[in-house]
Amino acid sequence: MAQATVETATLETSVDSGVRSVRGSSLLSQLTRSASGFAGLIIVVLIVAMSLIAPLVVPEAKPNVNQIWSGPSSRHWLGTNNSGQDIVTLILRGGRTVIFVGFGAALLTTAIAVVIGSLAAYFRGRFDAIMLQITDIVMTIPQIILLAVMGAFFELNSPFALAALIGVLSWPVLMRSIRAQVLSLKEREFVEAARLLDLGTLRIVFMEIVPNMASFILINFIIAITNATYALIGMYVLGLAPMSGDNWGIMINDAWISGAMFNPNSMLYILAPVAMIVIMQLGLIMLSRSLEEILNPRLRDR
Amino acid sequence: MAAIEAGVRGRPATGAVPILKKVWRNYALRRFLRAIFVIWVVATAVFFLVRLLPGNPVEQYIQVQVSQYGATYADAQRSAQAYFNFDPGTPLIQQYFVYLWGLCRLDLGMSIGNRGMAVSTLIAQYLPWTLFSVGIGVGIAIIIGLILGMIMAYRRGGAIDHAVTAIGSFLHAIPNYLLAMIIVVIGGARFGLFDIATMRGTASPGVTFKAYGLAFFPDIFYHASMPILTYVLTTVGTWSLVMKSSTTQVLEEDYVTVARARGLRDLRIRTNYVGRNAILPLVSQIATTAGFVVGGAIFVEQTFKYDGIGTLLYTALQGRDYTVLEGILLIVTVTVVFANLIADLVYSLLDPRIRTTESGD
Repeated sequence: MAQATVETATLETSVDSGVRSVRGSSLLSQLTRSASGFAGLIIVVLIVAMSLIAPLVVPEAKPNVNQIWSGPSSRHWLGTNNSGQDIVTLILRGGRTVIFVGFGAALLTTAIAVVIGSLAAYFRGRFDAIMLQITDIVMTIPQIILLAVMGAFFELNSPFALAALIGVLSWPVLMRSIRAQVLSLKEREFVEAARLLDLGTLRIVFMEIVPNMASFILINFIIAITNATYALIGMYVLGLAPMSGDNWGIMINDAWISGAMFNPNSMLYILAPVAMIVIMQLGLIMLSRSLEEILNPRLRDR
Repeated sequence: MAAIEAGVRGRPATGAVPILKKVWRNYALRRFLRAIFVIWVVATAVFFLVRLLPGNPVEQYIQVQVSQYGATYADAQRSAQAYFNFDPGTPLIQQYFVYLWGLCRLDLGMSIGNRGMAVSTLIAQYLPWTLFSVGIGVGIAIIIGLILGMIMAYRRGGAIDHAVTAIGSFLHAIPNYLLAMIIVVIGGARFGLFDIATMRGTASPGVTFKAYGLAFFPDIFYHASMPILTYVLTTVGTWSLVMKSSTTQVLEEDYVTVARARGLRDLRIRTNYVGRNAILPLVSQIATTAGFVVGGAIFVEQTFKYDGIGTLLYTALQGRDYTVLEGILLIVTVTVVFANLIADLVYSLLDPRIRTTESGD
């Protein structure tokens, strides 16, 4: 649904002025001016840094049979789980897979969408028509069900396979908005100039047109991360993802199956990973919304 | 593509059979044919997915039978044939037509997990509950979102505007299945606001419409209340934001100013002028959302133990009940395609421009 919201915003931009391109450094300084955008950036950076660094620094949580389901204490701030592992350690170490899969899947989706979307809009004709038909059809199949069924048909045994599957299934919506952007961009003078210079189609599309919507792609990349995380954690909740190692999704699944919610001491085992995912999603959404406002000031009023 | 082909075929007939062209011009009919086409493509894709790819379900089923139950290969193949409703001995193209013919008769094969149950019977048992809870949930969310969105647009920058924007984006950030878990964990288990045990299922044991009459309805609403609450909470923020942005846009239109200048009553401007036009983008989004919510229903229903298609899917996933999975994927797609179709038709009723600009080819 976040995707749909952005699409309406896109249409507005493409109608009046195309995409305003804002360079990296000024983008950051503008971001610090919006409270929620800055907060979102900090949250995302903190969570990513924590998830990447913690597995290198914090030792693995050891099971301890004497401490099953113990409540919060000075030694275990959030208590322990059903095999006596410290929940804080699990949380600290458990973000890496989620971040890898989320970013990896989003990267793949965005790459496919940008390549197909811009080529389809640039060439139009039969290729464009076929691609539109494909996106039309893929968009009507509820993704999460398709993902679940594919996950059951073909056993997924690594997070990378999962990232690839999520990435491959979720590009159509973004492809459509990229296509709309390129349709308006390719009418601009600089594209005509490049064409007159005979720069070659691939160079015109990927060196001239695509960089002009870099910020738009960035926003959609962030939204793609939230969608991939939604799908990933969903797969874990259903028990369709590889259940080895420790990460937030596995924690939720484990806590849910072992009935952690009925024990007041262990409620944190289920709430802690849920909170981490919610905070991460919130940070990403705040970040993408403020970026949208910066790039499209007319939205601020809405 | 069907649209293009049929358009081409219809063209030479312009003089001779104008009726054909007129029929083709019919917006509703073209939408309907398109929906059928999409369903056919998905059905074909599922067919090849299930039978052709390496490690496909049929092969896996045969292997499990051979290795775990000690069946001979031929026996396993015969039983796979009965369940999946196809004969591996015949040429692929023939299998494909048998399969399509089966689909036309709503024959989706037999369930592997529930002995002797046809997949279509199972789905007919579970799907109505999902449609009921999701439909009511989305309906309530849209109505609340509509009202909130209009208030927000009329009083931009006010307290309601800020509050709804903040809360809405917070709720939107929570994946719906996690929100369902939070409701169960905090509301049900921790504070005991409601009894999760008695709310399980779609109706209390033994309560049917035949036996209880009208008292049946409060009971099913009681059982569906938590899934509905989840759907409303996760989507209402988005609806109100969409409504707010489109109302803001409409408020700037000239015809609103003119209506005000003509001294029309406020209420009439709000409903007939602003409301009717502002609602258009919402209708087109219902289609996108329908699929999303039905997809999310898998998790939500499983969390509340509500016996809808999501629960059926969950049990099928756990038991690797391939025929049921195949059937659910098809049926849910059909449901979403028809939801899209209805949204398109409603949209064309509300906005006649759609019908005329897209006519002909």
